[in-house]
Amino acid sequence: MTSVTDVSPPKPAFRLTRTLQGLERLIVPALLIVGWEAFARSGMLPPALLPAPSAVLHALGDWVFGFDETTQTYSGHWLRDALASALRVFGGFALASALGILAGVAIGWSRLFEKTLEPTLQMLRPIPPVSWIPLAIIWFGIADKPAIFLVFLGAFFPVLMNSIHGVKTVDHNLVRAGAMMGASGRQMLTDIVLPAALPSIFAGLRIAVGSAWMLTVTAEMVAVKSGLGYVLWDSYYFLRYDIVLAAMISIGLLGYLSDLGLKAIMARTLRWQQATTVQGRAG
Amino acid sequence: MAAIELRNIVKVFSDKRRGRDLLTLDNISLDIEANDFVCLLGPSGCGKSTLLNIIAGFEQATSGRTLVDGQQVERPGSDRGVVFQQPTLMPWLTAIDNIAFHLKLRGVARAERHHRAMEFIDLVGLRGFERHHPSEMSGGMNQRVGIARALLMNPSVILMDEPFAALDAQTKLEMQEELVAIWQRRRCTIVFVTHSVDEALVLGNKIVVMTRRPGRIREAVNFDLPRPRDITSPEFNDAKRHILALIREESTRLAQAS
Repeated sequence: MTSVTDVSPPKPAFRLTRTLQGLERLIVPALLIVGWEAFARSGMLPPALLPAPSAVLHALGDWVFGFDETTQTYSGHWLRDALASALRVFGGFALASALGILAGVAIGWSRLFEKTLEPTLQMLRPIPPVSWIPLAIIWFGIADKPAIFLVFLGAFFPVLMNSIHGVKTVDHNLVRAGAMMGASGRQMLTDIVLPAALPSIFAGLRIAVGSAWMLTVTAEMVAVKSGLGYVLWDSYYFLRYDIVLAAMISIGLLGYLSDLGLKAIMARTLRWQQATTVQGRAG
Repeated sequence: MAAIELRNIVKVFSDKRRGRDLLTLDNISLDIEANDFVCLLGPSGCGKSTLLNIIAGFEQATSGRTLVDGQQVERPGSDRGVVFQQPTLMPWLTAIDNIAFHLKLRGVARAERHHRAMEFIDLVGLRGFERHHPSEMSGGMNQRVGIARALLMNPSVILMDEPFAALDAQTKLEMQEELVAIWQRRRCTIVFVTHSVDEALVLGNKIVVMTRRPGRIREAVNFDLPRPRDITSPEFNDAKRHILALIREESTRLAQAS
């Protein structure tokens, strides 16, 4: 048992069959898009109310690259709009993550914080973040701040709840093992409890990044005059449903990319966990 | 001076939900000499793990005194290495980092930690696996890491709570042999909790037979059969017969009492 056996990955045989199998998952979306295109062109609904996928793609293309100004004032401004939204998402999410992890770990670890802090936070939790919009506008005006505030509210609670849960469910025996090896109170927290709670904290961060996009867009519809959400709502007023749909696609895409990035960071940080799944799959 | 002195240890668990107290350890007194390999043998629920946890400092005795090297035990500490029933390793650390965790807590630099941990990697036969995470190793290998981790602290006593109970029969035999070899080479004091008569006889040079709840010491048997021990020898069987008789006597007494 003292020799390491090399386990090489399976040979790339049948690569072609596998590529073809990969195409299976594209059948349903392709049929949907073709059907939608056909329905839109049939003229049963006015094109303004149901733009064809080709029209949406055209609007999106012009919004991004600005080739024929079909999107008028938005033509070629996609990057600016996307960046405005992304910065709000990032700002609120970063603030929520920092405070959520801090408060969550404190509540999970210390009885004192649990007794003093938790009841208040749990009472605020059921209040929908969007119901804060009126207050956010009086407090912060119409700009980035109310949006970041709303994003913070939406992203904070998932991080908080999962951090509390992660700390509370740390294997008691790991804490005993740490005490046996002479860990101080602070070391117990930084070297044992925190790493042990990380998988749960990351689960919270992934939920939070989704909420962050939802609330950025909501805030931009009401309290901000820029960003993808603003473009979406503004185009609705001008009955430009092609731009509305292009904005929806952009939000979906950026939200998906944010989650992908977070997943990549998680995979790097929690590499020790991946081994479990790989082994579980192998045997 | 004995390495471990237990004086009139009593442990009562209060069962709040049922509103009654449960006497788990009843007046245990025991001296364990330095370099002894003591096996605490008893049926499950006899309080042998509780006794070990009291020595480790994880639990407090209701009354009585626990001394390790003349010092009163108040809390867990690195002078007492514990090997748990489950390996209880930090899943995010590699084998070598788990073994060297004590050094990390003491602020030793990484290179120095790894250098010192390599000796223990070799001692438990894990060379080649030092960069593996616990999830990538078998139960037996993880338990070797657990043993190496306890040894690295160079504790005055090592407390083991049925560490081989979850292993298959063959791995268990291998590990028992290796543990005896390590004990002989490093001259340390080991307190080993087990419910297996054979395991106690293979490992210990002193076997403390405990009674069913409330836990008392039935008899402390000195067993100096030379090693490696032949488990089919008449001497081994004589000792086994004696210990089994003690246990049987105990169950008969309980059966009559009820």
